[in-house]
Amino acid sequence: MSFPSEISSGAAPAAVPPRRHRREPSGDRWFRWATLLPAVIVLVVLTVWPVANLLRMAVSTIEFTRDGASFAFTPAENLRRLAGDDLFFINLRTTVIFVVVSVILEMVLGFLLALMVSGVPRGKGLVRTLMILPILVPPVAIGSMWKLVYNHDFGILNQALGVVGLGPVGWLSNPDLALWSVVLVDVWHWTPFVFLILFAGIEGLPREVIEAARVDGATTWQIVRRIVLPLMAPAIAVAFIFRAILAFKVFDQIFLLTSGGPGTATEVVSLRLYRVFFDQNELGYGALLSVVIILAVVAFLLTAGALARRVGR
Amino acid sequence: MIPLKGRELWLGYAFLAAGVLAIVVPFLFILATSLKYEIAIMQGRVIFEPTLYNYNDVLFGRRSNFVRNITNSLIVAGASTLIVLTVGTLAAYSLSRLRWARWISGAFLGWTMLFNTIPVLTVVGPWYLMFQQAGLYDTLLGLVLTHVAINLPMTVWLMMTFFGDIPAELEEAARVDGAGQAQAFRRVILPLVVPGLIAAGVLAFVFSWNEFTVALNLTSRGTATVPVGIANFAEQYEVQNGNMAAASVLSTIPALILMIFGQRFVVQGLTMGAVK
Repeated sequence: MSFPSEISSGAAPAAVPPRRHRREPSGDRWFRWATLLPAVIVLVVLTVWPVANLLRMAVSTIEFTRDGASFAFTPAENLRRLAGDDLFFINLRTTVIFVVVSVILEMVLGFLLALMVSGVPRGKGLVRTLMILPILVPPVAIGSMWKLVYNHDFGILNQALGVVGLGPVGWLSNPDLALWSVVLVDVWHWTPFVFLILFAGIEGLPREVIEAARVDGATTWQIVRRIVLPLMAPAIAVAFIFRAILAFKVFDQIFLLTSGGPGTATEVVSLRLYRVFFDQNELGYGALLSVVIILAVVAFLLTAGALARRVGR
Repeated sequence: MIPLKGRELWLGYAFLAAGVLAIVVPFLFILATSLKYEIAIMQGRVIFEPTLYNYNDVLFGRRSNFVRNITNSLIVAGASTLIVLTVGTLAAYSLSRLRWARWISGAFLGWTMLFNTIPVLTVVGPWYLMFQQAGLYDTLLGLVLTHVAINLPMTVWLMMTFFGDIPAELEEAARVDGAGQAQAFRRVILPLVVPGLIAAGVLAFVFSWNEFTVALNLTSRGTATVPVGIANFAEQYEVQNGNMAAASVLSTIPALILMIFGQRFVVQGLTMGAVK
């Protein structure tokens, strides 16, 4: 997983600038087009076209007849419904809380873990190997794993609480607790990813600088503050952006753990989209919600890009 | 790295042990659950006689469709990986080495960035309508196409960083020796990015194998993949905990294989962009 460098840093593209004085041989031009065209076709047909279609769907009411989907043009009705859709704002709020809390916890824990593991002489390999596992395992399997861990009657958490005379706790059935239980699963799932990125960064830091600081009597905290954090800023930023994006898209685990419930306590935007599109079969209104979400993402990316450019300068 | 000393070292080991335990315990719990009879699960027995009943039921039970799920997943992940690797590698080479106008590479990368950031459910609705019309709904081919689209951005970016590491002089030398652009790419450049191809291929395969959102909505019983099969066990009127656990354990096999044999490539693929 990597970023398109020219977008994240705002630097010049890697492509060689055209040289005016030499004409491109026709074989070269053919090759240039032949290499890019397949990807462009895939993107246009499978991503650009569907997103463009969303715009048409968003102003329609779509019904299924024997001959296929029939579109009725109802922009005012769809917009009015959006304006009165309090649930959607609750969904957005739930999503923002989920993203902010889980990503911050993951960054802090991942950084501490990377720092600690890089500082001990033994056991690094074992930790790094184990940390790959949650990232590669199907999110659905993680969902069912935690469904068992959280189980009210026989889950390992309530059993452990029972031993010390507490509980049982309704991890997923208590509306005040369910969102935090889901956040905990995300932290479990993705702290290893932050760890892997930051661990690679810490291991790559210049040793001499840190040793020199030690010789000069710097405490570990001072080294972290003054040397490690500034040098690691790019890696931290990348891990942070990656996590924010993926957390914003979360669906699989929540679908398995709570399906957005109890009530709408854990209904993040993806779960709402699923409900509208495929439970209520309202493709038109689902498309309108999708357009709103895409616009929000565009605004986020533009802001993040502008910020990154300013920080990079 | 900052070598820890004295009390800090103990804190370091405590952190390390807590991390290892936190990762391992839930895995052991689901593994244990998959080896229990439903009654032993319900009673929360800690000491139990292990049984392969659940695995037998999941794989060979008459009501279970899991072997079909596995076959479908292997087909979809295999085919989509081959396609996305071919298409994505060519595009990455083109964008990083051939002379495209700045706005073209900018538009390409900007769009892939945007597409990668929006929740996939925003496009599953349009895909559903499109595939209904084109006769691709509820087919493995349709699912393959969506997985190619989903994994293309990551593949292109990853391969671009690998191509970026190769000095331009190598190509120029090949060109001076009379090789065409295509020949220089195939004979000189491609062999140098084999580690990148493996890293990108491994990740694309795993992400396709794990993909749930699209498969859930664009397949039915005959075309369902492994994650959809697992969700079925969890969703039925009465949750079948044992079957769900066994199916989940089986679904982690590709990840386990990679953790043991392909660790280098996975870590490289996951950290490449960040460390640069």
